[in-house]
Amino acid sequence: MPINYYIFLAVALFSIGVMGVLTRRNAIIVFMCVELMLNAVNLLLVAFSKMHYANAVAFDPGTHAGAEAQLFVFFIMVVAAAEVSVGLAIIVMMYRNIHSVDINFLNRLKH
Amino acid sequence: MTKLTYLIPLFPLIGFLINGLGRRVVPKSLAGLIGSAAILASFILSVLVFMEVRADGFVAQQVNLFNFIKTAGLDIPFAFQIDQLSSLFLLIITGVGFLIHVYSTAYMHEEESQHYARYFAYLNLFVFSMLLLVLGANYVIMFIGWEGVGLCSYLLIGYWFKNGDYNNAAKKAFVMNRIGDLGFLLAVFWMLGQFGSTSFGVIFPKVGAAAPAVLTGITLLLFVGATGKSAQIPLYTWLPDAMAGPTPVSALIHAATMVTAGIYMIARSNIMYTLAPVTPTVVAVIGLATALFAATIAIQQNDIKKVLAYSTVSQLGLMFLGLGVGAYTGAVFHVMTHAFFKALLFLGAGSVIHAMHHEQDIRNMGGLKKNLPITHFTFLIGCIAIAGIPPFSGFFSKDEILMGAFAYSPVLYFIGTFSALLTAFYMFRLYAMTFLGKFRGTHEQEHHLHESPAAMTLPLIVLALLAVVAGFLGVPEVFAKDAHWLENFLAPVFAASTARQGEHAISHSTEYALMGGTVVAILIIAFYALKKFGNYSKSAEPATGFARVLENKWYVDEIYDALINKPLKAFSVFLNNVVERSVIDGVVNGTGKFIQYSSRQMRWLQSGQVGSYILIMVVATVVFFIIQIFGK
Repeated sequence: MPINYYIFLAVALFSIGVMGVLTRRNAIIVFMCVELMLNAVNLLLVAFSKMHYANAVAFDPGTHAGAEAQLFVFFIMVVAAAEVSVGLAIIVMMYRNIHSVDINFLNRLKH
Repeated sequence: MTKLTYLIPLFPLIGFLINGLGRRVVPKSLAGLIGSAAILASFILSVLVFMEVRADGFVAQQVNLFNFIKTAGLDIPFAFQIDQLSSLFLLIITGVGFLIHVYSTAYMHEEESQHYARYFAYLNLFVFSMLLLVLGANYVIMFIGWEGVGLCSYLLIGYWFKNGDYNNAAKKAFVMNRIGDLGFLLAVFWMLGQFGSTSFGVIFPKVGAAAPAVLTGITLLLFVGATGKSAQIPLYTWLPDAMAGPTPVSALIHAATMVTAGIYMIARSNIMYTLAPVTPTVVAVIGLATALFAATIAIQQNDIKKVLAYSTVSQLGLMFLGLGVGAYTGAVFHVMTHAFFKALLFLGAGSVIHAMHHEQDIRNMGGLKKNLPITHFTFLIGCIAIAGIPPFSGFFSKDEILMGAFAYSPVLYFIGTFSALLTAFYMFRLYAMTFLGKFRGTHEQEHHLHESPAAMTLPLIVLALLAVVAGFLGVPEVFAKDAHWLENFLAPVFAASTARQGEHAISHSTEYALMGGTVVAILIIAFYALKKFGNYSKSAEPATGFARVLENKWYVDEIYDALINKPLKAFSVFLNNVVERSVIDGVVNGTGKFIQYSSRQMRWLQSGQVGSYILIMVVATVVFFIIQIFGK
């Protein structure tokens, strides 16, 4: 498949994520949208990794081109997992305190 | 003996410390004793040094005491220079200084104990600074003394600090001196850059190789310093105002210390002045102009001390004329004789003022001859000496300078002689109005007229003797071969200059003619002045025309005020009202206002809504992308 398809898909996912973060007030959905953006990036990384490998292997069958991007993806997944655990914990605490997960209630830092 | 030279300035310093720090503790009788004894000790040491310097085969010595400044590439030792010139000045300073100290013990006896001690502390500090000035073996040490005498003149002129006018006079002296000092300081820096040292011993041999323009610059800057310290046009106005101080202080400033500093400095740097192309002419012209200018002012002054002050300025002008035309020995000779008779005249004036209960206006004096016999007699000697009537000392020294001027250019000679004639006129006018005729003061003053105590008359007598005989140290060549002791004595100091100047021989007949003509003219003028003012009676009408201009000192103070003070004041008012108020305050206040205003506006960005923050973030990111992609 041409690389363009992957890019379009990733941009679409990322844009959906951005719109979600911007428009939704429910913290959990905002959180999910952040995950969506992260995964859009992951998708792009993997796609480009594959593309570079396919280009390089023609000249050198034993190449490792594109391997770094896949490593990055794993890192991002690990970091995202850690982030989710912390983020969900915060949301639970928030719910316990204000009985809501609406992010617009969280404006206390203002004062 | 030269090893002990450091003791010479040390004694006055110790005297200063004792009297200065212990002014509330030291009893009055002791303060004067300490002050005088310190100077006497210095005088004795100076005589010993002088004896050694006088001996055959003496070579100029430098005594290194310690390193004053020592860093890479800059080495300024605290060193003293012992040679003919400095030893001669040592004698003048400590000798005349001692007599003035003795005189002061009686003159200042009315002061409170604490102020009395303060007075002697200042006096000692003054002598200390002056000794440092003449002893220093490099320009930096000289500069320390140079500044020291400036400070002490300030302290002593403003001695009666409760009087506002006196304080202003003190400030004037200080500021005028500072202007000159700046020139001196720049010259020192320039020398440091040019020759890499400030020591006389290093600089003078190198002078021959320096560019004429550099030498001219350095010597002119040094001369600016000299005009400040030695009261020459345009910086002379402080000296007449310095009369605000006690009279012995005037004597000290005018005779032994301070004003001779400029002469000493130029005589010390003679080789530079001889080699510099333009400077000697400038020095001679300024000196001559000052001599004439001050003499014209002096003939219309009515304050006994002011007349003497302007006569000092005038005599200093003559000395600079001597320096400018290369008659270095003559200038130093005149410094010496002038020190004697001017100290004598000032102390005599002090004695008169003392007797008259602080009356200084000679229009209110007259006929003091019979009440103050010793003062009268010594004052007369001083007048004859300063007027230049042979065989008193002033004749010889003045004659030598004028002959030097004649050899340089007859025009200088005739103008110089004219100012010498004016000297005779105003001095005998002063003498006649003070001592001859009828007493014109109040009855009470007349009742209290008295001769001063021995502590005041003894210095007068000693100085009178010196004023009579000092001239014979420099009998001119025409009278007797090799009779000029001083010239032979100072020859090593001026050797390099003399070698380059060559001989300006004036034929003996010309010299006799000039001398005779001058003396006759002086005598005629003197008798005219005596006759005219011998029976002076007070007239109420104010002076008119030219006399009035002279009485107001050519309005120089007013001119300075209009040319320098007023524009400066206007400028500072402008700076205050416009620059300070609108520009500087505007920038400062504007910064504050801008920050306050902009932060009040920026506050609205911080809404606390997470959504809006993210929106801004996204928008900014998009904007950056757009810039990145389409920006180039």
